[in-house]
Amino acid sequence: MSNGVASLSSQPALAEGVPAVSVQNLRKSFGSLEVLKGVSLSAKEGDVISILGASGSGKSTMLRCINMLEVPDSGEIRIGGEAIGLKKGRRGMEPADQRQVDRIRSRVAMVFQSFNLWSHMTILENVIEAPVHVQKRPKAECIAEAEELLKKVGIVDKRNQYPSHLSGGQQQRAAIARALAMHPKVMLFDEPTSALDPELVGEVLRVMRSLAEEGRTMLVVTHEMGFARDVSNRVVFLHKGVVEEEGAPAEVFGAPKSERFKQFISSHR
Amino acid sequence: MDFAFMRDTFFTLIGGVPLTLNLAFTSVALGAVLAMLLALMRMSGVRALDWPAQAYVFVFRGTPLLVQIFLIYYGLGQFRPTLQAWGLWTFFREPYWCAVFALTLNTAAYASEIIRGGLQAVPYNQVEAARACGMSGFLLFRRIIFPIAVRQALPAYGSEIILMVKATSLASVITMMEVTGLAAKLISQTFRAVEVFVVAGLIYLILNFIITRIIMAIEWWLSPHLRRPPSVEPRLEAAHV
Repeated sequence: MSNGVASLSSQPALAEGVPAVSVQNLRKSFGSLEVLKGVSLSAKEGDVISILGASGSGKSTMLRCINMLEVPDSGEIRIGGEAIGLKKGRRGMEPADQRQVDRIRSRVAMVFQSFNLWSHMTILENVIEAPVHVQKRPKAECIAEAEELLKKVGIVDKRNQYPSHLSGGQQQRAAIARALAMHPKVMLFDEPTSALDPELVGEVLRVMRSLAEEGRTMLVVTHEMGFARDVSNRVVFLHKGVVEEEGAPAEVFGAPKSERFKQFISSHR
Repeated sequence: MDFAFMRDTFFTLIGGVPLTLNLAFTSVALGAVLAMLLALMRMSGVRALDWPAQAYVFVFRGTPLLVQIFLIYYGLGQFRPTLQAWGLWTFFREPYWCAVFALTLNTAAYASEIIRGGLQAVPYNQVEAARACGMSGFLLFRRIIFPIAVRQALPAYGSEIILMVKATSLASVITMMEVTGLAAKLISQTFRAVEVFVVAGLIYLILNFIITRIIMAIEWWLSPHLRRPPSVEPRLEAAHV
């Protein structure tokens, strides 16, 4: 199932020991509220990391800092070893070089909680938009690949329909196809199933599981304990802006060290 | 009512339709460019751009178009030597260009507010998705923000175009022989105000009916996402994830 698409991501493998994503001592405040108080995280190629935490713990903010949708106040973010340049602007920190940010963003795909598909484009147009206009790849090639991707996520028959015509689960699968179309090095998922009706969660999780099995590097902010336990190879638990617990799922779920995390798991059973 | 006379009047006044449409579309087209500029100035977040744009909209929306036309046509004549020195006199000497100028300035003020409303109504999450794909600057504007804003703004912009078609009648006061100008001339010859103005009104009604239909067709064409999906599409392949 995966070979047709997996072979398309033809990036050179990273040098030994260079993490796909590394976050060092990240801090971010909104006004007087400090949301991230020095978070560090590192993902090797092929890692699937579940980021857990109560709402307000800073997990979405951390994820959004990785592709600069939020600009951190301090700390360092490296994608494939390349540090994102920051400078002091008029309103706090800002990216030093927008072109670098655009380039990195086109390699770090994001899947949002509320899908965020472009409402004026068909599903197929949504999927080919960034490959054609950002990565400047030939349109015919992008269309052929987009159809493969839509087949993979099971909605190729919807390719000429508009997002508003699809169910939430279908829209989220389209958004995943849109993310995959850019051949990302890293995929960020920001609560991808939180806006879905319970009966639609499964179809999205199945797609995400198949991506994990292909060996894609994924950072997933989620409330799905089953996914964290069974699919990811590492779990990070954030509490009040710091990493409270971290480790392999079997370890952290089997013998949680932090009292907060114990409470968190028991409340999510 | 003298129907034979009204028929003759109709064919006389039809002669003014090209000029009416010419004035309306020239000023709407030029006004749209200026309006876009004004809307971007207002949304720039830079005070030195925002304030002049606000002042512009305040002045041109807050004063009657007729007064603006008079000021441009008669008022600028007082500065003829200056305008001649700047090489602008050939332009402001012509009533046609004075009318286009006044109509353009006026519609730009209204349209800039319509465009600003459309731009502000673009859902932020769709902009964010585009940024996350590596889009920024003009590419982001051209591919995502503008197409969505146009769809939001079109119904209101359609009204503005219709208002402009009717506003061209004011150009008759500065000797433009468009539909209303021809009607006024005919009345001064025949003294049959009712018949002539009924026919003139009818012609505007027909023009605006056609324009309304065209705008509706464009709206329909731009908004397949707001209609029900095509009922059944052949199912090509079953989901197999």
